[in-house]
Amino acid sequence: MNPRLSQKIAFSILFLATLLVVVPVLAILAIIVAKGGSAISFSFLFTMPRDGMTAGGIFPAILGTLYLVGGAIVFAVPLGVMAAIYLVEYSSDNRLSRLVKLAIVNLAGVPSVVYGLFGLGIFVTFLGFGASILSGSLTLGIMILPVIITSAREALESVPHSFRLVSLSLGASRWQTIRHSVLPHALPGILTGTILGLGRAAGETAPILFTVAAFYLPRLPQSIFDQTMALPYHLYVISTQVPGIAESVRYGTALVLLALVLLLNLAAIVLRSRFRRKKKW
Amino acid sequence: MKRATLRKLKEWLIERAILLSGVFSIVFVVLIFLFLLREGLALFRGESVLDFLLGKSWYPISSPPRFGILPLILGSLLVTLGAAAISVPIGIAAALFIAEIAPRRLKEALKAGIELLAAIPSVVIGFIGMITLGPWIKNVFHVPTGLTALTGSVTLAFMAMPTIVSIAEDAITAVPRQYREAAIAMGATKWQTTWRIVARAARPGMVAAVMLGIGRVIGETMAVMMVTGNAAIIPKSILQPVRTLTATIAAEMGESVQGGAHYSALFAIGIVLFVITFLINGMADLYLHRSRK
Repeated sequence: MNPRLSQKIAFSILFLATLLVVVPVLAILAIIVAKGGSAISFSFLFTMPRDGMTAGGIFPAILGTLYLVGGAIVFAVPLGVMAAIYLVEYSSDNRLSRLVKLAIVNLAGVPSVVYGLFGLGIFVTFLGFGASILSGSLTLGIMILPVIITSAREALESVPHSFRLVSLSLGASRWQTIRHSVLPHALPGILTGTILGLGRAAGETAPILFTVAAFYLPRLPQSIFDQTMALPYHLYVISTQVPGIAESVRYGTALVLLALVLLLNLAAIVLRSRFRRKKKW
Repeated sequence: MKRATLRKLKEWLIERAILLSGVFSIVFVVLIFLFLLREGLALFRGESVLDFLLGKSWYPISSPPRFGILPLILGSLLVTLGAAAISVPIGIAAALFIAEIAPRRLKEALKAGIELLAAIPSVVIGFIGMITLGPWIKNVFHVPTGLTALTGSVTLAFMAMPTIVSIAEDAITAVPRQYREAAIAMGATKWQTTWRIVARAARPGMVAAVMLGIGRVIGETMAVMMVTGNAAIIPKSILQPVRTLTATIAAEMGESVQGGAHYSALFAIGIVLFVITFLINGMADLYLHRSRK
């Protein structure tokens, strides 16, 4: 075959394949916005569910998700950033650091439902926290740890080596160098990773199934040892477990969850690209 | 003098904390495995490992209960193979398009689109698959229910796609420019260069991309539970309801009694999943390292 012609055909096929990946994303967004938009109102977002979830709002689920995500971040960000500092600033390329990297890869690959089992085994049962916001947050926190470590590592590695050399040559200690010459420049990248982790934690269902999520709990949690409703689990429940829920309520719940997660991700993408453009080195 | 010692002490503490945090990832992997073993191994006091892995019936609440997970393994395998058959060719093709052909602006937009796909929560994808894809499959194939292995495969293909595309795209972009320049200088067309030179050079990275995509599919829980119909029987066709390993844990943990045989059996399934994904990710990591060299 004529190579020009075969190039045309091949490029068209590749383009079609790309459309097959991207068009469904837009279709999913369009369907959910079109069918769920009508359900969104002040009372849907800010009141309690009533009558076995067929009426009222989803406020406790929204608030529950915010609590869980907040808890996960409080736990995972300090730990993740310090782990990244270890990998970039302290470890040499030895056996231990290879092992740490392998562990991070594997943490990222562990199925979310296995995190749920782990959380059930260690936090709910062994440590006796029960099914609670604390157990759920810790489980989600460990799950998003790889996301945070990986992006913090990338951010730290992108700070030029010369910054460190200058600081050290002026007599600063190793920690002072990291604290004042490296971390400030890596901060936007670390923030990006944190937001991505937030988005991931907000959308996951399997890890909270057995560690915190309540089926129907029309009141707000009082302490970190309370159970709570959560958006993704609520969507699962009203779309598979409870018959007779109006379609617009299901789509509305999906829309709120999707909006929360996508806004977080969009914020991260924008932040990252601005950071990359602004970088002067 | 005293202030200096205080500062030194503070830094010493901080550096210990950093070292400790670094090692925590290893601790967590080990802890996850230990706790799965702790809760799951109890099953094998009354059950042989072989009966568990190769037993053909999963009746956890009949008496006596039967804990054979072969139907679940086959269910996971069927859904995963189906998803791979769809997502691998499409994903690799899309990665080639994005990395080699798309102009800069389009490339950035497409990459953002794929990141958004990766961000959609699995329960939302399951929800959409359940109410749009399910009825469609039911009508097209004239089957009694639209919640089948095929529905699961299509749904999961979309969840594997972002992983495959983004990692394959990285591998393609990492191919040195001289390879392309040499091929073009020899008179090859852009497509010949892309297909015969660049795609070949990026192959280890592509293998890793496919493996990580498959790892994601095997571990996926909520979407698969919502769209595959959840029947724990050995599947004979891709148009039948199936039940995967992950969905079994998620669906049954709530009704099992803590410390009972059913509870242990679900943790034992967790061990199986952990080992499978550990192997897949370990191998993918090896391929990625090879492609970087």
